Amino acid sequence: MTVEHVEIRPGAYADSVALLQVSRDVAATPGVAAAQVAMATELNVEVLQGMGFTLPAASPNDMVVALRLDDESALSAALAAVDAALAAARKGSSGGEVTAPPRTTGSALRRAGGDLALVSVPGASALVEAMDALDADVDVMIFSDNVPVEQELAMKRIARERGLLVMGPDCGTAVVGGVGLGFANTVSPGKVGVVAASGTGCQQVLALLDAAGVGVAAALGVGGRDLSAAIGGISTMTALDRLDADPAVEQVVVVSKPPAAEVAAAVEKYAAGLTTPVRFALLGAGQPDLTTQVEALLGDLGVAVPAWPTWGTPAAPAPDGGSALRGLFVGGTLCDEAMLLAAETLGPIRSNIPLAPDLALDSSLLEPGHLMIDFGDDGLTRGRAHPMIDPTLRLEHLAKVAADPDTAVILMDVVLGHGAEDDPAAGLAPAIAAARAVREVPVVVACVGTSADPQGLTRQAEALAAAGAEVHLSNAAATRRAIALATGGAR
Amino acid sequence: MTTTSLPSVAPAAVAAVGADMFATAVADQAVPVERVDWTPPMEGTSDDLATVAADPLRRDANALAVSRMLDVQAMLVGVAPASELLGLEKGQFLHAGPPIEWARASGPLRGALMGAAAFEGLVEDPEDAEALFAAGTEVSLEPCHHRSAVGPMAGVVSPSMWMFVLEDPATGRRTYCSLNEGLGKVLRYGAYGPEVLERLRWMRDVLGPLLGEAVSAAGPVDATAILGQMLQMGDEAHNRNRAGTLMLLRDIAPSLVRSSRSSEEVAEAFAFMGGNDHFFLNVAMPACKLALDAARDVPGSTMVVAMARNGTDFGIQVSGTGDQWFTGPAQLADGLFLGDYGPDDANPDIGDSAITETAGIGGFAMAAAPAIVRFVGGTVPDALATSRRMREITIGENNRWPIPVLDFAGAATGIDVSSVCRTGILPQINTGMAGKVAGVGQVGAGLVTPPASIFPAALAELARRTRDRA
Repeated sequence: MTVEHVEIRPGAYADSVALLQVSRDVAATPGVAAAQVAMATELNVEVLQGMGFTLPAASPNDMVVALRLDDESALSAALAAVDAALAAARKGSSGGEVTAPPRTTGSALRRAGGDLALVSVPGASALVEAMDALDADVDVMIFSDNVPVEQELAMKRIARERGLLVMGPDCGTAVVGGVGLGFANTVSPGKVGVVAASGTGCQQVLALLDAAGVGVAAALGVGGRDLSAAIGGISTMTALDRLDADPAVEQVVVVSKPPAAEVAAAVEKYAAGLTTPVRFALLGAGQPDLTTQVEALLGDLGVAVPAWPTWGTPAAPAPDGGSALRGLFVGGTLCDEAMLLAAETLGPIRSNIPLAPDLALDSSLLEPGHLMIDFGDDGLTRGRAHPMIDPTLRLEHLAKVAADPDTAVILMDVVLGHGAEDDPAAGLAPAIAAARAVREVPVVVACVGTSADPQGLTRQAEALAAAGAEVHLSNAAATRRAIALATGGAR
Repeated sequence: MTTTSLPSVAPAAVAAVGADMFATAVADQAVPVERVDWTPPMEGTSDDLATVAADPLRRDANALAVSRMLDVQAMLVGVAPASELLGLEKGQFLHAGPPIEWARASGPLRGALMGAAAFEGLVEDPEDAEALFAAGTEVSLEPCHHRSAVGPMAGVVSPSMWMFVLEDPATGRRTYCSLNEGLGKVLRYGAYGPEVLERLRWMRDVLGPLLGEAVSAAGPVDATAILGQMLQMGDEAHNRNRAGTLMLLRDIAPSLVRSSRSSEEVAEAFAFMGGNDHFFLNVAMPACKLALDAARDVPGSTMVVAMARNGTDFGIQVSGTGDQWFTGPAQLADGLFLGDYGPDDANPDIGDSAITETAGIGGFAMAAAPAIVRFVGGTVPDALATSRRMREITIGENNRWPIPVLDFAGAATGIDVSSVCRTGILPQINTGMAGKVAGVGQVGAGLVTPPASIFPAALAELARRTRDRA
């Protein structure tokens, strides 16, 4: 007879990544059938209800401990495991110092100096921490998503006045002087400077440049909304100024999700006034994909375009048919790029980040026809770790999509680098193999990374290929293969 | 990466707040990382915090408020009756804390007002004053703070009481405080027996005039400098003022001896002041207020410029919100009790003396006063931790008030309403405890904090003003 234990711990707090680890540790305790320790955000409450737990009222500042136990006798060991795991999570952040650690970013900068601040608190509190950095005349990178756009505008205006750079919010990737921040690939130093209003778009460019043997001086993320009409490219211009002033930078490339046309035009005009040449790789209907743009950039640099690597056996169409392309992405820009390419051939594609509002998916994320889901979108990460860290939601969905007879092909991305899962193939490869054991649906994967990344590009790609996936370094190439499979063609 | 550095150069050090994995990833790449121990802000404050943080006025406003405060030199320039200095007339009484009426006044405030009414000759017997205050027709109550004054505990000031005058020579601004009556059964703790009134008369007839004469003859005494010395000598200038009292005596002793008063009266005055370790508190308090008043009324500033209690309410005033009080219920102190007294005998927190903590001394400088940590219910490590923790909620530090044991770091100065709401850390106040029944007097001393709710309330008003300006 299973027993449920749910308790609310008001005012207790740990970040979503720490709680993910706590949940895993507790779930591994003997006698525990399921465990979820999470802040009681709206999304987490839904997840807990989906797991069948009944919850008392709680605010997002409260921690929920929800346990399903084989029997009552397992409770005390399970609660001890919760406390031990929470204590271990706290230890990581305070480091056992004699003096209490700083409580605000401002205090940390006063104590330790520092010339950059990294902010990854929940979106509602991100501006306050970021302003501490700007007040200390320090640049800031904001990983946090769910930051209101008017707050983004306010802090970027203040930063621009003070000559400071705000990377983000929702900035997943940057490389500063060879140091990877957030989700960043390990690349060799070189002469290319990247400005990216797109984290995974930036990573795709870094991975392709690395495969072509070209190094990078710096990659400055500016946040996915920087080239929107509301923000007007404020951080993009500051980032361009910085790269232009850096003698190590000989060529700049600006990477973005589909920008606002007038902002793109204004920024292009601004870039034309700089000394360093700037190439724009801006996604949009009728615009070249990122791989094509990198090939053009290699042309600017006088470097030959290599054959982009692939792994595994070319996928074959599903023997039992199906006509729909189903994309399951962790990278928003990779999802955008795939939708733009696929829409040209397949027509409308439904998505949680749709190219047009009438293509929006409902919250079940399961509808007939072609669809592509960005699991890294704000709506799916509120109070949860990014899918590049926590693959749970995407893996659950993979099984559902594979079992759907309408599915002709599954397209996925795997993004490597600092900050991402230690070994994404360890979870994904068995899931792909299990899905294909139920139904032999073709799976095409874009595996974005470099050979020097902590996870190892080749090792990851080979593990996914061994599970039956066709693997590409180029997301555009992977998408074209998936389109061909959806339309019945083989390689 | 500062404005002058290059993106191809690695950062020298990084501050990281939020998910620890990002900090770990940077540390793994051999860049020093300072991790922030972040917790969510006080409930319901996120939007107001963001509004105030993005206020274009805030950074410069806070820098201006702190620098104005630190520029003040508080000089003791005189001692004279409240009637002369404040224009206080018969029937007018000042009290500690935010405004309050008789009906809501606590026991110690009532006791002090009753004693003061008898002292002013409004009634024969202090007990008769209750009806006078309840009617409210011939008397009026007003906060000390509204007349540039501060009062310890009940803080009751009546026209015949003599007061210290502190002046900032650069601006000529002045603040005031009554003379300290000593310990035991005293008016400020709500006692009003015959010995209390007798002492007040002696202070009016002998001590006040004698001090007035001596201070005039000795010339201005630099109270700000004495406060700095006190922190080197084991005082935190709120619950311990032993060194400060002796330094003041040292500065005015020659003039006391040369005064027109008899050697017997001068000796009495020496004995009274020397036997009263709190004598300097009543100079420290107006010195702090003089400095904090300079920081008032800076639009956009989130700095607290007064914390004060009337025995019922705890109130704060903030630079960016003018004279508005933000109040909540005064708390009971946690500490040690005199004699047989216990927690049931104590009145909630009372007095303007939290002006010392507002200025960065008192509980904020507890690390400077290890001799009294047990008296206020703590240990030496607690004291060090408290003084360090207060740096998390202050805008700057006061280099004229260094704390030796903290490697001469300046006192944490300028409480920031935003930082309090962000961290949930409340200002730590050292305090005395008055008996809750009028007439009892002091029952103990300990530690107390303001009610948490007043900081979100002040923040909401700052945010409202920020939105109105936008």
